[in-house]
Order: sequence, then C-alpha cells, then structure tokens
Amino acid sequence: MTTTLAHHDGYADDHIRKVLKGVKTIAMVGASTNWNRPSYFAMKYLQQKGYRVIPVNPSAAGEEILGEKVMASLAEIPVPVDMVDVFRNSAAAGPIADQAIAIGAKVLWMQLGVRNDEAAARAEKAGLTVIMNRCPKIEYGRLCGELGWHGFNSGVISSKRRKE
Amino acid sequence: MTDANFTYGFETRSIHAGASPDPTTGARSTPIFQTTAYVFDDVDHAASLFNLQTFGYIYSRLTNPTVSVLEERVASLEGGRGATACASGHAAQVLAFFPLMESGDEFVASKKLYGGSVTQFTRTFKKFGWTGHLVDPAEPENFRKALTPKCKAIFLEILANPGGIIVDVEPVAKIAREAGIPLIVDNTLATPYLCRPFDWGADIIVHSTTKFLSGHGNAMGGVVIDSGKFDYAKSDKFPALSKPEPAYHGLTFTETFGDLAYTIHGHAMGLRDLGPTMAPVNAFLTITGIETLALRMERHVQNAQKVAEFLESHPAVSWVSYAGLKKNPYYSLAKKYLPKGPGSVFTFGVKGGYEAGVKVVESVELLSHLANLGDTRSLIIHPASTTHRQLTTEQQMTAGAGPDVVRLSIGLESADDIIRDLDVALAKSVKKAA
Repeated sequence: MTTTLAHHDGYADDHIRKVLKGVKTIAMVGASTNWNRPSYFAMKYLQQKGYRVIPVNPSAAGEEILGEKVMASLAEIPVPVDMVDVFRNSAAAGPIADQAIAIGAKVLWMQLGVRNDEAAARAEKAGLTVIMNRCPKIEYGRLCGELGWHGFNSGVISSKRRKE
Repeated sequence: MTDANFTYGFETRSIHAGASPDPTTGARSTPIFQTTAYVFDDVDHAASLFNLQTFGYIYSRLTNPTVSVLEERVASLEGGRGATACASGHAAQVLAFFPLMESGDEFVASKKLYGGSVTQFTRTFKKFGWTGHLVDPAEPENFRKALTPKCKAIFLEILANPGGIIVDVEPVAKIAREAGIPLIVDNTLATPYLCRPFDWGADIIVHSTTKFLSGHGNAMGGVVIDSGKFDYAKSDKFPALSKPEPAYHGLTFTETFGDLAYTIHGHAMGLRDLGPTMAPVNAFLTITGIETLALRMERHVQNAQKVAEFLESHPAVSWVSYAGLKKNPYYSLAKKYLPKGPGSVFTFGVKGGYEAGVKVVESVELLSHLANLGDTRSLIIHPASTTHRQLTTEQQMTAGAGPDVVRLSIGLESADDIIRDLDVALAKSVKKAA
C-alpha cells in the first residue's frame, strides 16, 4: 500500500455516510461466484440494503451471482454506475481506477487492505470521490448501528433515534 | 462525529458509547432484551445470519442487544476494536485464550494473579491440553525466558490481586511482540479509567466486570476486548483464526472479517460452543454502573489513599502494600501506568499474626467480610482463613496471603467512617494479641 495522501488516513463519519447515501448502483470488481468468499458476503449485504450490485470478473463472465449477470469489464456494464468497489489488490486498483474514470463513476471505493494513492489522485483529479482501505458493508453496518450488535466499537455517539 | 480525528471524552463515552436511543420505541435508557431468540425475515435472511454474511441476532447465547451495548461500551473505553461479554471474569479468561490455543499449546503468565486464576491456568486448563508457565513478573525478562515455540500468548494482571503489585507492562509487551504472540492484560483492578493497557502495547484485555465496571456488587460478568491491531494471519500460530473453519463451510476468519476476526470468533465459536453467555439483566446493571465509572474510580482511589495513609501510621499495623504510598516499591510504576491512582484494593499486615487478622475481620461493623472486590461498599477479607485456607503457610506466603495479611477493597463510604471502623477493629486485635 502506498500512502502519500494524508486525507485518506481517516474519514469523518459524515463523509462516509454521504458517500453511501449518494450511490445506488455499485460495480463490484473482483466479485466471486463462491458463496463463502468475502466479496460474496459484501454483495449480499449491500443488496439487502437496497443497492444494485453488478459483479465484474472476467474469469466468471456470463455466470450469475445473487441474481446479477457477471460482467467481463466495467466498460461492458450497460447502465450508469455510481460507485466502483475494488475487491482486488492495491496494484490492480490502478487500472481499475482508470476504467472507473472512463465509465463516469462518481465514487471509487477500495476494500479493506487496498490502498493506491496514485490511483486515488488520478480519480480525484477526474472529479471522483475516493475511499480506500474500508469495506462498504462494515462501514454501512457501523454507521447504521448494526456493527455494534456484534460488540464492535462503532465510534458513533448519538442521542437521536437512528433512522436507516 | 464530524471531524475524522475527533473523539469524545472518557466520561461521555462511559455514558453514551453503544447506547443510542432504541430505534423502535425511542427508549433512552438501554432496554433489557429478555429474549432467547429473534425472528428471521425469511429463510434467506436466516441463512445469511447463520453463514455470518449479515449482521443480526439469532440466539442470545451468541449475541443479545443489551449485552452488545455493554460490549461496545467497554470496547470504546479501552480503545479496542470489539468486545465479547460473558458470564464471569473466569469465563472471559477461557474465551480470551480460546481463539489462540490448540490442544498441546502453551502460554506464559505472571504468577501474581488472583488465586482462582492460578488454579484455572495450572489445573483446569490442563484438561484442555493447555499448559501455563507461571513466572515472577518483577523481572520482565522472566517472561522471555519461559517462552517455548508452542507458546501462543503472555498473560498478566497489570494491577495484581491481592493488591499493591504493579507489573511493568511495556517491556513485556515488547517481548510478546518479538515472539509474534499477543499480550493479554487483565485490567479488572485498574479499569480503563485508571489504566489503558492498549496504550502500553497489550493486544487483548480481559475484565471481571463483576468488580469496578459494574461497581455495585450486584452483577456477575466478564469481557474480552481485542485491540484489532494484532495480525493473527501473519504466522501459522493461530490456525483457528487464519485457516479455513470447517464449522462455517471453510470460511477463514481473518480473511473475511479482517480486524474484526478475533471478536467475531469470540461470539461465533467461543460463546456458541462453550456457552458462558452473560445474562441481559447483568449487562443492564453493568451498563448502568459504567455510566458513573469515572466518578466512582476517582473517589475509590481518594478513599484508598486516605485509608492506606491511616494504616501506615497505625501502631497495630506492621506494613501496608499500597502503591500510592511513597515508600512502596511500586510507587514509580504506579506513577507511570496509573497516574490517577493505583486502584482501591490492597493488603496490610496486622501485628499478632493469624489470630489478630481473624479478630480484625470479625470486629469490623461497617466493612463487609466477604470474598469480592470493587463494590461501592468497603470489603475486607483475611485470605489465610478463607480464600487461601487450603494452602500451607509457605504457599500462603508466596501468594501474598500469609497469616497476618488482611485484604481491603475500599468503597465509596465517607473515608472517615471507613477509617474509624478499621481503627476500632485494630484496637480489638491488639487486645486479643495481648
């Protein structure tokens, strides 16, 4: 992981909340057809929360994951994509970032353990919002209170009644 | 929280962490969810829950909404990633080791522990095939010397029971780090208000919440907190976390859950299969207790300091082992690790030995003669005639429970009243001895 962009060392809760609220269609690059892989867990969870998740994986192109046809590349997706979720390693995130810019995505999101500051800088220059080294499932669960159900420290303090 | 670097203060988190208003009813205090199970939306939702693919409740042996508020509360106060609450401090110790140890594995522990922990580590754990090597913590290098290739953790009480003893945690944490194994610290006597073991390099913290966290002597409980910083997948030492788990169709905890792995394992494997669940009502009482933790600990240490100073100058007292006293050998370690005060549990020696010790505990009126600590009430016990009765005099001496030893857990009554009560009892012990 390259780390040169200090504003990606931590994110304010409001920022993450705004990003998750602002997207509807997510392209998940590196989605697995194996039901017991982390990407499958995340896709299933995000679908339950009302997102459309389009799987992208050239080695599984044409197959189906959780009711969605797997695409060979981001460019093949026939509908507008709001967010590209990178379930690949940090090096692979570089070319994926360029494709995300090319298809006009609004958000580039890199999974837990994935960070590529050069790619992030290019995406930000092209007007995308970038989140790195986070999982949208865990962040969604954390901010809506569900992560705390399992004993995790969400960092959220509020005396307002939670609404999803 | 609007700024990425902003965190609420300790007192605020003691009251609010984990406890937003109930989303359904708006109830402001945390409801007691006295239920065993939770309905599924449909079969697919049930499957997602059982496969750990989504967050949610299945059965209260694993998770419960009242208990999870306590877990998040304590995780927040210790600065950890997540926590697993359970039935008692002893259960917490089993759960803390469970993800780390296979049968045949070993660990190194300080020998300055609560006597019940020594028995658990050296006798009961043997039945699981776990071997604990106990060492004198006064010299941190003793931990390194006792390490074997099969050792999977180092365990210590930072502020040790029966009291007065402080372990120099920082060098021990370094030894654990160099050995590639986590350091587990029991922070029961200090609480996160007085000491934050993660700041000194601990990887896992355990508590008996029965003591100062609940604080009112009315609720049993324990908790295990993971810092989230130890990489369990870095070596092959921790296969339960870093290798595929057959009970979950070959899921690998570290790969799927990242830094949540240890705590997810604590619920999904530890509580599921060992079963020492905390009762929701005990979680409620403990949550309520923690709301005043900072205020209570501040007064506990103030009172303890006053009582220790009184005893130090008392003619019927031969010695006082409280690290808040300048002459105490642990005074400088106390200043480093427990700057707000070294707790309120300590021992003193009464002149006249066994008989005088018995007379003191039988003569107090305000202090309660019982085997617990960390209560609003001041507590007293004579270990040689109670908790350490089965041991030989020599073993009692090693355990810090010789015939003349009296242990105190100073509560929140008026300090002058605690002092007066002890003064009267000590006078009677002198009469007895004479």
